[in-house]
Amino acid sequence: MAKEININSIPKEKLALANLGDHIKDQKFDDKPIGYFKDAWRRFCKNKASIVAAIIILLIVVFAVVMPFFDTGTGTDFDTYYAKKTPRNHFLTQFGIATGDIEKDFNERAYINEVAKGLAATGDWGSDRENNPISIGAALDADNALQPITKFKEVKATLQGHNVNNIYYAMVDEYVSVGFIYKQVSLDELNKMKAWQEETGIQLLYPLIDTKSEYCFDPDDANWWYKTDSKGNPVEVVTKGSREFAKVIEFESVDELVLEDNYLRYKSGEKKGQLRYDRPQGGGSTAETAEYQVRVLYYNYYRYMHDGAEPEFLFGTDVSGYDLAQRIAMGLRLSLLFSVCIFIINFILGAMYGAIEGYYGGTADLVMEFIVYVLSGVPFIVVSTLFQIHLAAKVGAIPSLIFAFVLTGWIGTAGLVRTQFYRFKNQEYVMAARTLGAKDRRIIWKHIFPNTLGTIITSSVLAIPGFIFSESMLTYLGIVNLNSRTSTSLGTVLSQAEGIWTSKPHVMLFPALFISLLMICFNLFGNGLRDAFNPSLRGTEE
Amino acid sequence: MRSLKRASWLWLDFPKVRLPLWVNQKPNFERLVKMIKYVFKRILLMLVALFCITTICFVLIRALPMSPPEGATEAQKQQIEDIWNARGYDEPLLVQYGIYLKGIFTKFDFGTSWVIKKTAPAWDLLVGRLLPTVLVNLYSLLFAVPVGILFGIYAAIKKNKWQDHLISVMVILFVSVPSYVYAFLVQYFLYFKLDWFPPVISSLSDAGGTWFSWTMFHSMIPPILALSFGQIAGLCRFTRAELTETLTSDYMLLARTKGLTRSQATTRHALKNAMVPILPSILGSFVGILGGSLIIEQIFSIPGVGALYTQSIFSRDYDVFMMDCVFYTAISLLSGIIIDISYGFIDPRIRMGER
Repeated sequence: MAKEININSIPKEKLALANLGDHIKDQKFDDKPIGYFKDAWRRFCKNKASIVAAIIILLIVVFAVVMPFFDTGTGTDFDTYYAKKTPRNHFLTQFGIATGDIEKDFNERAYINEVAKGLAATGDWGSDRENNPISIGAALDADNALQPITKFKEVKATLQGHNVNNIYYAMVDEYVSVGFIYKQVSLDELNKMKAWQEETGIQLLYPLIDTKSEYCFDPDDANWWYKTDSKGNPVEVVTKGSREFAKVIEFESVDELVLEDNYLRYKSGEKKGQLRYDRPQGGGSTAETAEYQVRVLYYNYYRYMHDGAEPEFLFGTDVSGYDLAQRIAMGLRLSLLFSVCIFIINFILGAMYGAIEGYYGGTADLVMEFIVYVLSGVPFIVVSTLFQIHLAAKVGAIPSLIFAFVLTGWIGTAGLVRTQFYRFKNQEYVMAARTLGAKDRRIIWKHIFPNTLGTIITSSVLAIPGFIFSESMLTYLGIVNLNSRTSTSLGTVLSQAEGIWTSKPHVMLFPALFISLLMICFNLFGNGLRDAFNPSLRGTEE
Repeated sequence: MRSLKRASWLWLDFPKVRLPLWVNQKPNFERLVKMIKYVFKRILLMLVALFCITTICFVLIRALPMSPPEGATEAQKQQIEDIWNARGYDEPLLVQYGIYLKGIFTKFDFGTSWVIKKTAPAWDLLVGRLLPTVLVNLYSLLFAVPVGILFGIYAAIKKNKWQDHLISVMVILFVSVPSYVYAFLVQYFLYFKLDWFPPVISSLSDAGGTWFSWTMFHSMIPPILALSFGQIAGLCRFTRAELTETLTSDYMLLARTKGLTRSQATTRHALKNAMVPILPSILGSFVGILGGSLIIEQIFSIPGVGALYTQSIFSRDYDVFMMDCVFYTAISLLSGIIIDISYGFIDPRIRMGER
């Protein structure tokens, strides 16, 4: 410690002026001044939840915009065979999700039929029962991508009257499970199919079934390729003396069962006894008009139709067989575009109306407030319905819906702007501007309006979830119909899921998830904006 | 200088001045007269607005081409068209509107249903649908209001602690998620997974012919839940915001210095004052329950007012649709008035209709 200094007795020669000869000037600030918007931006950046929300909104926008580029026609063309199917994606299958599997229970007959689909699909259809028998159990164990049953779970015996019924539980690949279908094709198409089959090595055409025989259970279903009795139980044909008759195959366990095929064979000619793959269906014999019936495995047929791509639907397919991911992207695109349109129109209308109201006051204000009062009394649902009935046929469903939203939507913004104008119009800087000869228009837009901007933007952003909700509600109820081959709305996607979503939750889950996520994010984002634009919160976070 | 006076006869937003409620004012005759005057003014204004909107709706709806219901026989169609002609449906719109207004004022006749319930008065049809809607919405409100307020109070008291943050996150989630998503979730878990409740509300005959039986209430629980999640969250957010504001007021400091404990001061002073803006909005939503929720009524097939509205659009029963429009407009205007007037009754500092 220095020794104590008596301030009064410091010798005068020890004192010196600090800056002799220099003028003391105010130093310029090194950093730039922070304006209203920069300050708001800085505060917004500190709000982590809002940033995350903004990023998620951006991702959703990207999803909605980019999705159509990955569309191979599955979003705009529906596939009735692949309707209501669960998500399937090869990349995600590695992690055990989106496998396209679903747990199903079968009775014994259906179970045999299911395994038989896979058995027939490999080409080894067990036609040679004596030399090369393939049992149901062996078919299930074989490494076969076209086997619908991916995992056998358990078999439960239930007593029904005096009979014991076995119920089989298994995981089924829904896409393979479609099995075989009959297709009517032209000769050209048939040749193309044959060429494709040669080229890729993927079997497309399968032998036809002898549908006229008494052993065919259902002539319209291409999956009953083995001999059955009239109830669908597999039979074998036994010859006793000169008579042929069907005998239901007895088995201890279903695994031991070996099926006997019921394929159509050439009855005469040089190919006698060989399997038939196509059958003329009239249309003459010329190459242009001839029609042939063929039996194709739908899974491979899908690949044939889509340049070899296997069916993959990230979010599954919807009720009519559209790719759900594409439909959701369409719905999101519509919702977002729609929100942005209304946001802009409401913003402009509300700002102009509120500015005139608030700035001029007096009689103008009175009259305009009454108009607002009357308009705000009109329930939105009534407006949108009336507009839809009257205008949809003339200008289209989307513009008429936008009109309905805009008719009352700007009122909130106008009210805010009006209040802000009342607050600012008598402040000194406005009076100064007026004294200097600024015109009304200049004062309104250059001097007062920028001050109200933050509040309006915030309230407009916070109104967006409301638009999205109302739009989805109207389309859900069917009051507004925006559904077509190339466009849809999330409300429609959801309403289509209504009947079936308890058994296929994905048709409801994904659209509901997206719409909820979008609304949560817009709310969070709006809250962040509100806090950022509120100067009274400055410094409170620290 | 331009006139800076504000349009005061339309003064709908009251100044918010924070003064303790316990500074009670004596009932003042002059004030009461002013209040009644204000109420009358508001009701008059509402009637004018209602008239304007009704006129527009009428013109728009009557301009639509009307045709007898499909599926009716030729004789029935002819009969209906005869009735329409007799009632002046083919007159010019203005005359039609005169007939319509006359019907309302002399016979309380809001038109007739032609499709949904043949030749039943539209008003009777609406009244018949009122009870289920009111019940479902009332139950959900009765459930949501206390729960929402309690959560809000808890969050405000624990401000900036983890409980508050948790509640805030939940509030954002529950406020944002649309009501039909709750409906699906409730149906999925409570019906499909757990099988505690039926998927839709039971029919009147199953419930013993009354809306007040236990079976009916039991089947109403899923829609009640679906409706209340959003309400709880909204109310919780509102209560929290108001209460945190009052908790930091100066009079709270005064109350504490007077020797009140924290809980005493909170319940007696902060809570009472926080309720000033909350109660009117709750009252407003009690009026709003008449309208019902279109989407919830659709999902749970509740035969209510909202279902009638969608039904009237799809079946093109325009008289019923017109009735619905008037009804919805009246509700929205009425709830606005109730909110504004109740402000004056709840908070003696607010002087209604004064300049």
